[in-house]
Amino acid sequence: MPTLTINGRSLSVDAANDTPLLWAIREQLQMTGTKFGCGAGLCGACTVHVNGEAVRSCQTMLSDVAGKKITTIEGLSAKGDHPLQKAWIAEQVPQCGYCQSGQIMQAASLLAKNPNPTKEEVVAHMDGNLCRCMTYSRIQKAIMRAASEMRTASATSSERRPT
Amino acid sequence: MNEHVKSVTAETTDLSRRSFLVGTAATGLVLGYAGVPGIDAASAAAPANFAPSVWYSISPDGLVTVTCGKADMGQHIASTLAQIVCEELGAKWSDMRVQLASNDPKFNDPVLGAQITGGSWSTMMNFEAMSRAGAAGRIALTEGAAAAMGVPASELVVRDSMIVHPKSKKQMSFADVVKSGKATKTFTPDELKAIKLKTPDQYTMIGVSVPQLDIPSKTNGTAKYGIDVMLPGMVYGAVVTPPVRFGATVKSVDDSAAKKVPGFIKAVTLDDKTATTSGWVVAVASTYANAKKAAQALKIAYDAGPNAKVSSETLLDEAKRLQKLDDSGQFFVKDGDPNAAFGSAAKVLEAEYTTSINIHAPLEPMNATAEFKGDILHVYSGNQFATRSGAIAAGAAGIDPKFVVMHQMWLGGGFGRRLDADMMVPAVQAAKAVGKPVKVIYSRENDMTMDFSRPLTYQKVKAGVDGDGKLVAISHDVVSAWPTARWGIPDFLTPSVDKKGPLDSFTVNGADFFYTVPNHYVRAIKNELAHNATPSGQLRSVAPGWTFWAVESMIDEIAAATGKDPAQFRISLLDGAGKNDGGAQRLRNTLLAAMGLSGYGTRQLPKGEGMGVACVSSQERASASWTACVAHVAVAPSGAVTVKKLTVATDVGTQVHPDNIRAQVEGAALWGLSLAMYEKATLKDGGIEQTNFDGYTPLRMSQTPEVAIAVIANGEKATGVGEPAVTVVAPAIGNAIFNASGARVRALPITAEAVKASMKA
Repeated sequence: MPTLTINGRSLSVDAANDTPLLWAIREQLQMTGTKFGCGAGLCGACTVHVNGEAVRSCQTMLSDVAGKKITTIEGLSAKGDHPLQKAWIAEQVPQCGYCQSGQIMQAASLLAKNPNPTKEEVVAHMDGNLCRCMTYSRIQKAIMRAASEMRTASATSSERRPT
Repeated sequence: MNEHVKSVTAETTDLSRRSFLVGTAATGLVLGYAGVPGIDAASAAAPANFAPSVWYSISPDGLVTVTCGKADMGQHIASTLAQIVCEELGAKWSDMRVQLASNDPKFNDPVLGAQITGGSWSTMMNFEAMSRAGAAGRIALTEGAAAAMGVPASELVVRDSMIVHPKSKKQMSFADVVKSGKATKTFTPDELKAIKLKTPDQYTMIGVSVPQLDIPSKTNGTAKYGIDVMLPGMVYGAVVTPPVRFGATVKSVDDSAAKKVPGFIKAVTLDDKTATTSGWVVAVASTYANAKKAAQALKIAYDAGPNAKVSSETLLDEAKRLQKLDDSGQFFVKDGDPNAAFGSAAKVLEAEYTTSINIHAPLEPMNATAEFKGDILHVYSGNQFATRSGAIAAGAAGIDPKFVVMHQMWLGGGFGRRLDADMMVPAVQAAKAVGKPVKVIYSRENDMTMDFSRPLTYQKVKAGVDGDGKLVAISHDVVSAWPTARWGIPDFLTPSVDKKGPLDSFTVNGADFFYTVPNHYVRAIKNELAHNATPSGQLRSVAPGWTFWAVESMIDEIAAATGKDPAQFRISLLDGAGKNDGGAQRLRNTLLAAMGLSGYGTRQLPKGEGMGVACVSSQERASASWTACVAHVAVAPSGAVTVKKLTVATDVGTQVHPDNIRAQVEGAALWGLSLAMYEKATLKDGGIEQTNFDGYTPLRMSQTPEVAIAVIANGEKATGVGEPAVTVVAPAIGNAIFNASGARVRALPITAEAVKASMKA
């Protein structure tokens, strides 16, 4: 039985090694925040982090993630209060909401590396994530808001640092 | 709205059904029955909720839970209905909660008499009922508080879930009153009707962009969609669909290889007497991954049926053949005599407009979970038409519809796709065959190739202009599959003007525009071949998505042919004469607003750029929103079109939630852009050729232009906003392309090749 290191826990799943990570997360672990959209890596609804990188879990087999750290939307923050999640609420981004776990996970991998992205960098990073309700402009605004908030928080914490 | 819709179901008076459902609720199985009289006895031990209306209840802790009978597919209708209740009830917004109704007829739409969500109807048709329900609760709570406090009810003030007696400074919260058990007043329908509602100047909630109640759950993965349903002992079904869209039958199924897949349980060949599906097999297994593997291992032989040779080209050829026949179709509009007018006209224009097959492709693939428990069939699915879908599920099970409980879930996109009930059939028949709850999930390939698509359409428009350049006649033929006729519900059809039997007005709505044209024919022609080979559905905005493509392009062509500014020409036609009084003026005003916001005509644009206008009265004439668009495009010498900006103005009458209206209008406008430029499905050998988001390509972030929106709230009744902006964008873009380059495009989606070819011509 493969063991997954997911959201800080170690969990064994009753599934073959060639099972897509998506279905193990959804069915065996019953974490349903990660969504099935296309099964072909074309829409981004199933995006999770593997060792901090955004990957399409429908295209990632259990054998690919042995010993690696997986994070899903359920594990992005303790209380749903990651700056991106707060920004998604502040900008009232979701309509149907189905793609939004994937959008948030995709965006989180950008901000982890680039705290001050340009609009072009946001678009380039997010273009593989479809939103059929077409909430794209609000997604962009929310990413910029979260980036700004994260920079402010980080500046504040460095100010507090003893010199 | 089609006024005949009202009598769609007689179930509201079916008492046996109601008592059955109450009985079910009493066992605590079903969500959404908290307010039913009769179950309070069963739960008498607990502190009783106060349920002044079927639409909501207030618990002893003061939380107000509104039961939403509409499907919530991202338009936030659950939150909007709660907001309308909250306004009259006087509750605090943070005390409001929502839940989704089951298919109990008591949750039927108060105007439509069924559970169906579409047409941008929900707010306009539920506004009054929710307002009265809220007001009734406030009155009952106030009278209860008056009795408890020993003061006259008339001296009490209600605000933010508190009932205050200013003179004595006494106060009670809603929770206090519910706990006291003194809120006992009930209302007859006549008493409800007699309640004096607030006037707009008294509103404190309506018109405020409160935080949508469903949004936090859609940022942390906790919102439950149909695909997320988990039942004890549940197994999974993967669907194998035939190579043709409709009409195939299964000759044989060889499951010898599938049997080697771990967890494989059974291959179930559907026996669909509802004729919703044809030639489908479900592979059932312990997990979805195993079900998919088993599905791929099945060897199925088909009889491809009568549509195996049909293609997009043959559908279009058939449409053209039908249009040429004098006796085809039925008349939707028959004013004056266009044919006589053409005879004496100074100028006659003729043009053909087409739209391709389009696929809904909501991001949550179709799915349903079915479980038989005793005599009851439970179905879990996000669905827009619980009244009909429950009946289809019953048909698939071979039981009476009254034994079906539909559990509504959040919809991962609807756009009209989830008005249909095909997903019920494999879930129900697989669950029956294996004796376990089964969740069926379509692959994206199933979802795209078996979509109840927007039909391929062919329209021929002929227009006559007199010697003064005045538009005197339009003859407009619309040839398409008839999506609504497929439902088999006579009340959804409309009598034809020429008394040749009912027609599907959901193929011609919009062609009955608000322009003054004295001689005007609109003919609805059913393309039977398309109807059979590509069973069609209602795609966001439905007919106005194609009728306004034709009408608004032709109006532009007439303006160009007579040397007039296309916006000024429209304004001259929107004179409000006769039957167009009121609507025409509102449409004119939205056009002026869009012109103003976009800077139309105020500056010289660079070479290769242009602006185009369009204005529409979507959805139906009787339930119109007034929407106008100015598109700003750049056209390259190659014919490639860049949409630089869309400016949309819409008159919504009354706005419940301004921010949500903007979100809906922007989403709708971008849908319009996506359909105009990026989405095309084709039929070959009877099957849809596009199977995933590589072949069928909705708009992505990098293709999204700026969308500027002006919302006109003039105090008229609230109109719908989810769809109208879809329909205005394609003609505005087509007209902008003409303005920029002189190229006239008449086929959707617009391609660089077509633009280039027309530039040369």
